[in-house]
Amino acid sequence: MKSFVPVALVIALLAAVPLFVQSNVVLNFLVVTLMIALAGQGWNILGGYGGQYSFGHAIFFGTGAYVTAILQVKYGMNAWPAFGFGMAAGAIVGTVVGWLAFRAGLRGSYFALVTLAFAEVLRIFASVAPITGAGVGTLVNLDMRFSAMQFQSRAVFYWLILSLVAAALIVTWLIERSRFGAWLIAVRENEDAARALGVNALTVKLGAMVISGVITAAAGCFYVQYFLFVDSNIAYGTWISVEALLTPIIGGAGTIFGPLVGALVVRALGEGALMITGHAPGLDLVVFGMVLIAVVWFSPSGIIGLRKTLLAKFKRPAAEVRRG
Amino acid sequence: MLSPVILIPVLLNGLMTGAVYALIALGLTLIYGVLHIINFAHGALLTAAMFAAYFSFKILGLDPYLSLFILAPIFFALGYGIQRFVIGPASHGEDRNMLLVTLGLAVVIENALLFNFRGDTRTIDVPYAFETINLGVTFLAVPRLVGFVAVFVVAVILWLIMTWTDVGRAIRAVAKEKLGAQLQGIDVGHIYAVTFGLGTACVAIAACLLIPTYYVNPGAGNAFVLVAFTIVVLGGMGSVPGALVGGLTIGVVESMSSLFLGDSLGQVGIFLIFIAVLLVRPQGLFGAKA
Repeated sequence: MKSFVPVALVIALLAAVPLFVQSNVVLNFLVVTLMIALAGQGWNILGGYGGQYSFGHAIFFGTGAYVTAILQVKYGMNAWPAFGFGMAAGAIVGTVVGWLAFRAGLRGSYFALVTLAFAEVLRIFASVAPITGAGVGTLVNLDMRFSAMQFQSRAVFYWLILSLVAAALIVTWLIERSRFGAWLIAVRENEDAARALGVNALTVKLGAMVISGVITAAAGCFYVQYFLFVDSNIAYGTWISVEALLTPIIGGAGTIFGPLVGALVVRALGEGALMITGHAPGLDLVVFGMVLIAVVWFSPSGIIGLRKTLLAKFKRPAAEVRRG
Repeated sequence: MLSPVILIPVLLNGLMTGAVYALIALGLTLIYGVLHIINFAHGALLTAAMFAAYFSFKILGLDPYLSLFILAPIFFALGYGIQRFVIGPASHGEDRNMLLVTLGLAVVIENALLFNFRGDTRTIDVPYAFETINLGVTFLAVPRLVGFVAVFVVAVILWLIMTWTDVGRAIRAVAKEKLGAQLQGIDVGHIYAVTFGLGTACVAIAACLLIPTYYVNPGAGNAFVLVAFTIVVLGGMGSVPGALVGGLTIGVVESMSSLFLGDSLGQVGIFLIFIAVLLVRPQGLFGAKA
C-alpha cells in the first residue's frame, strides 16, 4: 500500500467511535478486540511480512504484562514508565530468543516449536517464581487516576489502546515502504535467494522479531492496566499465542489491516458463539479453529485477500479459454 | 541420598513412563519423517483417544486393554480421513499451511472436548490398577509393565510393516523421494494419509495404555505431546529408533529431575533439554545432518 490516506482514515474513523457509542459492553468488546489486534499486529511483522511463524508470542505478551505489573507493585514505579519498561522487555526477549533461534538456523516447524517451548518454560517458571506471585498471580492496586494510567471511563481506555494500534499501523506502513520491509519480504519468499543477493537474513529476521516483540509486549502491558491482574496462565498461556497468530492469518497475513480485520471478525464470531450457548467454555475456540482452517483452505491470503482470491477464481477460466 | 534403594525405583519408573512417551513420539516422528510436518494436533488426538477409552470402559464396560484393539483401527481411519480430506486439501502443499491447519485442528478438537465434557478430571477404576510385582529391590506396578511391553510389541509390528509390506516400502519411498515415488506409480496422497493414520493409531494405543493409571481431561494430552516433541527433536525428526531411545531417556530424566528438583520444575528440565537440543543440534542425536 503506497498511500497513507487509508491508514489515516481508518484511525480517524475508529477514534470517533466512542463519540457515538456509549454502551460499556460495546466499548469493552472493542477495547479487548483492539488489544488482541495489537498482539496480532506484532505477530504480523514477524510472521506476515517475515514468514517466521511463531507459535509462542505469549513470551512477549506475558513478559510485557509481568514487567509492567511487577515494577508497579513490587518497586512502586509509576504506571507510565512501567509501561515503557514492559515494552522494552519485549525487545530484550525478542533479541535473546531471536538471536538463539535464528543463529541456530531454525526455520518453519522448528522455529514454531522453539517459540512454543520458550513460552511453556516461561509459563512454568512464572507459576513457581516468588517474584511473579507464583500460582496466585500479581494484583495491581486500584488507583483511578490519569497518573496511574487507570481511567474511570472506558472511552479513555479505548483511545489509549487505539493510539497504540494506530502507532503499530504506522510502523507497519513505514516498514512496508522501507528497504527493511523489502528485505523482510524477500527473506519470507526465499531466504536463500535473498541471502545470495546480499541481504543479511539474520539481522533482518532479528530486527523483525524485536519490533514484533515490542508491539505484542505493549498489548500485554495494556492488559495489566485494563484488568489490573495477571497470572502465569493469562500471561504465558496458549490462548494469547493462538490469538496473536489467528488474527493476522484470518485477516490477511502480511497486510497492514490484516490483524485489525481478523481481530474484529474473530472476536465477533467468538462472542456470537458464546452468546448462543450461554457462555459455555470452549465453543468460541472451536469456532476460531474452524475459521483458521477454512481461511487457510479457501482463502490463504485471508479476508483482505478474499476479493483477489474470488476474482482469480472467476477470471481463471476466461484466461484459459484465451490461451486455448 | 544416592542409595540404590531410591534410585532403582525412580529409574524403573522413568523407563516405564518413558515407554509410553516413546509410543506417542513414534507417531509424531513417523508423520514427520514422511510428511515433513510437525503435527500440532497430536496432543488433541491423544486426548480424544483417552476420552474414547474412558467412555468405552464406562459405557460399554470394555477393559482399556481390550478396547485398544478396537480403538487403534478406528483412530487409524480417523487419522487417514483427517489427512486425506482436511489437511491435504486445505494446505495446498505448503508447509506453513500444514502447520496452521494442524494447529487449527488441535484447537477445534481440544475445545470441542472441553465444550462437551467440561474441564472435569475423570479416572477409571480397573481391578489391576494397584497390582504390583515384587522384584526384590522394588515393586513394579502391573499396568505400567504392561504398557512397557506393549510399546515394544507395537514398535516391532511397525518395523515389520515398514520393512516387509508393500505399503511400508511405499511409505519409505515417499519419505526418501516424493517425486520419484510418484513416478513409480505410488499414490502419494494415499501414502500420506496412511502414515498419518498409523501415527494416530499409535496415539490411540498410547491412550489405552495410559488410561488405567492416568486421568483424562480436555487438556490431558498436551502434557504428553510437548514431551513427545522434545523426544522427537532429541532423537532426530523422523528417526524411529531415535524416538524409542529418546522416549526412554526423557522418561528417566523426568523422574530423576522430579526427585531432585520437585514435580513442577521436573517439567522445566525437559523443556530446557528441548531448547538446548534445538539450538545446538537440531537434527537430533540420531538424525542425519539436514
